[in-house]
Amino acid sequence: MLEIKNLHVKLEEEDKQILKGVDLTVEKGKVHAIMGPNGSGKSTLSYVLSGRDGYEVTDGAASLEGLDLLEAEPEERAAAGLFLAFQYPVEIPGVGNMTFLRTALNAQRKARGEEEISAGDFLKLVREKAKSLKIDADMLKRPVNVGFSGGEKKRNEILQMAILEPKMCILDETDSGLDVDAMRLVADGVNALRDEGRSFLVITHYQRLLDHIKPDVVHIMADGRIIETGGPELALEVEKNGYADLLAKHGISEVMA
Amino acid sequence: MSAVEKMTPAETRLARLTLPEGFAPARRAALERLTAMGLPGRRDEYWRWSNPTDFIAPEPPAAAPFQDDEPDLFAEIDRLNIVFRDGVFDAQASDDLSMSGVEILRLAEAGDVNWASSLYGTLEADGQTPVKRPFAALNTATATDGVLIRVTGAAEKPVSLVYLHEDESSDPVLHHLVKLEEGAEITILENGPAGARFNMLMEVDVAKDARFHHIRVQGRDHERRAVTGIFTRVAEGALFKSFTLTSNGILTRNECVIDIVGDDANAHVAGAALGDGKTGAFHHDDTVFITHDAERCESRQVFKKVLKNGAQGVFQGKILVKSGAQKTDGYQISQSLLLDEDSQFLAKPELEIYADDVQCSHGSTTGAIDETALFYLRSRGVPYEEATALLVLSFLADAIEEIEEERFRDAILTRLEGWLSRHRG
Ligand SMILES: Nc1ncnc2c1ncn2[C@@H]1O[C@H](COP(=O)(O)OP(=O)(O)O)[C@@H](O)[C@H]1O
Ligand SMILES: [Mg+2]
Repeated sequence: MLEIKNLHVKLEEEDKQILKGVDLTVEKGKVHAIMGPNGSGKSTLSYVLSGRDGYEVTDGAASLEGLDLLEAEPEERAAAGLFLAFQYPVEIPGVGNMTFLRTALNAQRKARGEEEISAGDFLKLVREKAKSLKIDADMLKRPVNVGFSGGEKKRNEILQMAILEPKMCILDETDSGLDVDAMRLVADGVNALRDEGRSFLVITHYQRLLDHIKPDVVHIMADGRIIETGGPELALEVEKNGYADLLAKHGISEVMA
Repeated sequence: MSAVEKMTPAETRLARLTLPEGFAPARRAALERLTAMGLPGRRDEYWRWSNPTDFIAPEPPAAAPFQDDEPDLFAEIDRLNIVFRDGVFDAQASDDLSMSGVEILRLAEAGDVNWASSLYGTLEADGQTPVKRPFAALNTATATDGVLIRVTGAAEKPVSLVYLHEDESSDPVLHHLVKLEEGAEITILENGPAGARFNMLMEVDVAKDARFHHIRVQGRDHERRAVTGIFTRVAEGALFKSFTLTSNGILTRNECVIDIVGDDANAHVAGAALGDGKTGAFHHDDTVFITHDAERCESRQVFKKVLKNGAQGVFQGKILVKSGAQKTDGYQISQSLLLDEDSQFLAKPELEIYADDVQCSHGSTTGAIDETALFYLRSRGVPYEEATALLVLSFLADAIEEIEEERFRDAILTRLEGWLSRHRG
């Protein structure tokens, strides 16, 4: 599904290398997790994959089912099935959440040569998905993410994911800032979407999310690279011992990480 | 050379002015005011950023009528239509002027109706200090038509002024009076370009506890020019609300002069302006002066401009709080969204406060499209052009929110969405 090879990325504006050779393959239907200390480049990876400006790929490649991601516009990547749940969802005053969702869904359908969804079908779809995420009518009417609590913003990301039905979902610290109940809702939302045709890349700082969203593979990222890959037990190990031993093993100082 | 050839355009214009019949004393007084103050030059402080030359010229610069392909944006709204074709009342196209709770007369036919005679030109004259407004005086002196509206109760439906533009050298001067008696309520709609060069003046007298709503759409013509003035006096407990959507126009100056004279009154004026013409084809100027001369009153100014292709946006907004006007709540915001680097926004917010217990704030910002929001939308599959359009709507939202009634808000939004969909590429 998602194939990343030797990805090197620096900031466009500064001479700062952030990703230093990331290799990662996420197979169809699998859930991969990336853990790692703050500043290791996890968000950068998710942004580069989804096409945010400000980064320069100096080497390597990334593709989604054969589509060269790095050459495509962000909207083309989305239409091809890539979705990023943002670590910091963006507020858009003056644009209603419903308008936003319908515009996005129809734009993707149009890009894929499909018909636009009817107003009635759309309403039904949103109501159904919103209900399971405990998103009320008021949240749907309000401008995108404006005045939403941290938890509401994250649930709104999952709602978008549920409606857009992407093939490759990247979740960037969707658990951060959530209390246990909110995390449960988010995890249930994600689990409801698990499907043999859909893959996930779950970026998290804490292992607790992985209690709810069981990963197939766990990667540890530090200093712009994947330094370790294993099964769910790797996450438990990090939870117990922290990153220090792993970093030391790979000769990375905590400051650099 | 003959003497005529030596005259400046302003002198020629003034020399050629003729005063139509009706309201003779008010017209003569206005002409005297105008002659005394003269037409503005670039050195006038309030005309530094907008060039008055084309408003002064004896003949209006030609403006090709625009072929509007959109349905009338107020089509769904039950209203009383009054149509002006290049500034001339069109009885055929207009509705019958009778409506319960409202008396409507045509300026050109009214003669010297008592209530109108004592209002015509008075609010304009009051609004000439401390800032001169020559085109308003010119209007009072020379207006050839308009409507005189006296509202005694709750108007059954909105009065809709429809301004058609068909003649490429038309130069209409319309003067409207709206007098709301105590507790009365009305909505006035204005829609259309009106002419090649349009001078519009509306005097609005809002009596105690009356409510006035105004929604105006200035048309999509690229070449039209307009100088407009709304002069209002707002009495105790009354409400004045005005919103203007301007799309295009090579030169528009909208002035609004508000005198809040009664306690516990509210006055809100808002505008959304955006242009999509050729380079330099859009110049939009909002000039507002609000005087608080009573206690516990609230005023709001919310102006948004979307500028591209060398467009120019101007905002000159003032709040004057007189010494007795305690507990005044004055708010002013003017913002521009620059879609390219060739465009320019010039803003002069002013506060002058002589009372000690007041709350006044003003802000002015200018900025580009928010890259983070743009990326967020695109990451959801919304293409660049459409995402930009959505963010333009997002930017204008605060101004549109100022419209009280949902059906008018929706009409404006529909118009904007149509406008934006043409820019989706
Ligand atoms: N736009 C940026 N400007 C400056 N520094 C950045 C920018 N984006 C990322 N960085 C830096 O790159 C490193 C990786 O950041 P990030 O990808 O956010 O890490 P993580 O998500 O793993 O916490 C950090 O040192 C961060 O400060
Ligand atoms: Mg991060």
